[in-house]
Amino acid sequence: MISSKPTAQRSFEGWILVIPALLLLALVFAYPIARAFWLSLFTENLGTRLQPVFAGLGNFGRMAGDGRFWQSLQNTGVFTLLSVTLEMLLGTTIALVLNQSFRGRGALRAIVLLPWALPTAVMALAWTWIFNDQYGVLNDVLLRLGLVHSSINWLGEPSLAMLSLVVADVWKTTPFISIILLAGLQSISPDLYEAHAIDGASPWQSFRKITLPLLMPQILIALVFRFAQAFGLFDLVQVMTGGGPGGSTETVSLYIYATIMRYLDFGYGAALVVVTFSLLVTVVSLAARLLRKSANLLLSDE
Amino acid sequence: MNNVQSRSLIFKVILTGAIGLIALFCLAPVLWQVLTSLKTGQEILAIPNRYWPQHYTLDNYTVLFTDRPFLRYILNSGFVSLASTGLCLSIGTPAAYALARLRLWGQQFILAGILVVTLFPYVLLFLGLLEILQALKLGNNYLALIVPYTAINLPLTILVMRSFFQQLPQDLEDAAQVDGYSTWQMLTQILLPMTTPALVTTGILAFIFSWNEFIFALTFITQDDLKTIPVAAAQLSGATVFDVPYGPIAAATVLGTFPLVLLVLFFQRQIVQGLTAGAVKG
Repeated sequence: MISSKPTAQRSFEGWILVIPALLLLALVFAYPIARAFWLSLFTENLGTRLQPVFAGLGNFGRMAGDGRFWQSLQNTGVFTLLSVTLEMLLGTTIALVLNQSFRGRGALRAIVLLPWALPTAVMALAWTWIFNDQYGVLNDVLLRLGLVHSSINWLGEPSLAMLSLVVADVWKTTPFISIILLAGLQSISPDLYEAHAIDGASPWQSFRKITLPLLMPQILIALVFRFAQAFGLFDLVQVMTGGGPGGSTETVSLYIYATIMRYLDFGYGAALVVVTFSLLVTVVSLAARLLRKSANLLLSDE
Repeated sequence: MNNVQSRSLIFKVILTGAIGLIALFCLAPVLWQVLTSLKTGQEILAIPNRYWPQHYTLDNYTVLFTDRPFLRYILNSGFVSLASTGLCLSIGTPAAYALARLRLWGQQFILAGILVVTLFPYVLLFLGLLEILQALKLGNNYLALIVPYTAINLPLTILVMRSFFQQLPQDLEDAAQVDGYSTWQMLTQILLPMTTPALVTTGILAFIFSWNEFIFALTFITQDDLKTIPVAAAQLSGATVFDVPYGPIAAATVLGTFPLVLLVLFFQRQIVQGLTAGAVKG
């Protein structure tokens, strides 16, 4: 590499180019998290006339006995597990279909991309309308097919409301998984399948022996992204159920929002942010370790 | 031979069925909103449902523009999204170049940090940002959205642009240096024209994310005429719970999604490229 400039100068120029971006990232991402850690040590709510009063770890003690917090954590866990599992299964299926050659493949890819690109809050309105207990099209279709005999109150029953949220989320985010997995599928050489087929392997066997292992990095990346997004989901729940009925679909992010914006309990809200952040970081770093391990395994296999 | 033929026929039937189901699943909710928005109030509330409107009407749309300032909401969304996209590209591209070509101390650390913040849910950030906005008296100001939107799109912009710069041949930059170009001149005069396709790709993604953002827009903007379209649509309601304006809500969802439908139709290739480059190469 020819470089007519000394390294020190290049490095200096590099920093000039990087620093505006880093400052902005620090302001919008790092500062609010750091600030939440600090604020979580104080009580700052209507009881203290919104003045910070040092409380040590009091907020975290309060959280341990806060049934609503544990309920929201459980709701978030159930929602995340259900939706991410279904999205992975459906997303893999769609990616496998998109990886076939057929007429109109480009059109189907655009159609599949559509739910991902549309605003979640806006499409949450569309799903609320579909699930409407009186006039909703879902009940209408089910009644016409004779699958149910009376209208179902989808968003009014705790477990059905959760199911409705999962369905809407699966619709919205499966495309993302399909697109990531499709990129992985396209990088697998067709020769591998041919060799395997000559050896007499069935399509299912080649899927398990070739496709899945080679797709593992993309699967894990999609899983990590989707886990983080599902765990922090706000707009879909806020618009579709508002956490109801009776708190049965209140996720952690909805509880954080209500604590801060409705109850003006800033210290406790900050403590909720800290705990959610820590949970997220723990799970993601475990997944990252797994990701590195599987990547190494793949490299050593080749 | 016969066996192979019948097998491939079965495969074709299954594939066609799957294609149809996938298309139906992805399109049905959007199409149902379009149909609902074109019906009269009476037809919307018909039981059993009337799938195709007998009398097409645009009343649900006109009501949004006459009774509510939906044109203003759309312009707000458009302005905030375009401004933050432009800002994001002009801050993110130089940073991406530096991270691709100029060896910086702690570069791996910076990249890891950029990757990690893409996973932060925005609900963890709004409290700290709200305090900053209140201290600077920037609540109910377009900047309250433009600055955070620029930041949330920076990681993807940097990752995608960096992978693009890494694919460019190094010779060009070496030659430019020999000719006495400064790094900044080289970036703006020689590299920028070549990066247009990558800028379009990342710009579209940044625009989509900004247009769709909800929690910051809900929290930082309370003044009605500054609201963006997702918030305005979500807050449409009638005088009572028994008087939900289903038709106008459907029309509002169609308006709010329409620009993005166009983007997907015209730029699906770029969107797919950007998403995979951002997620996989990072």
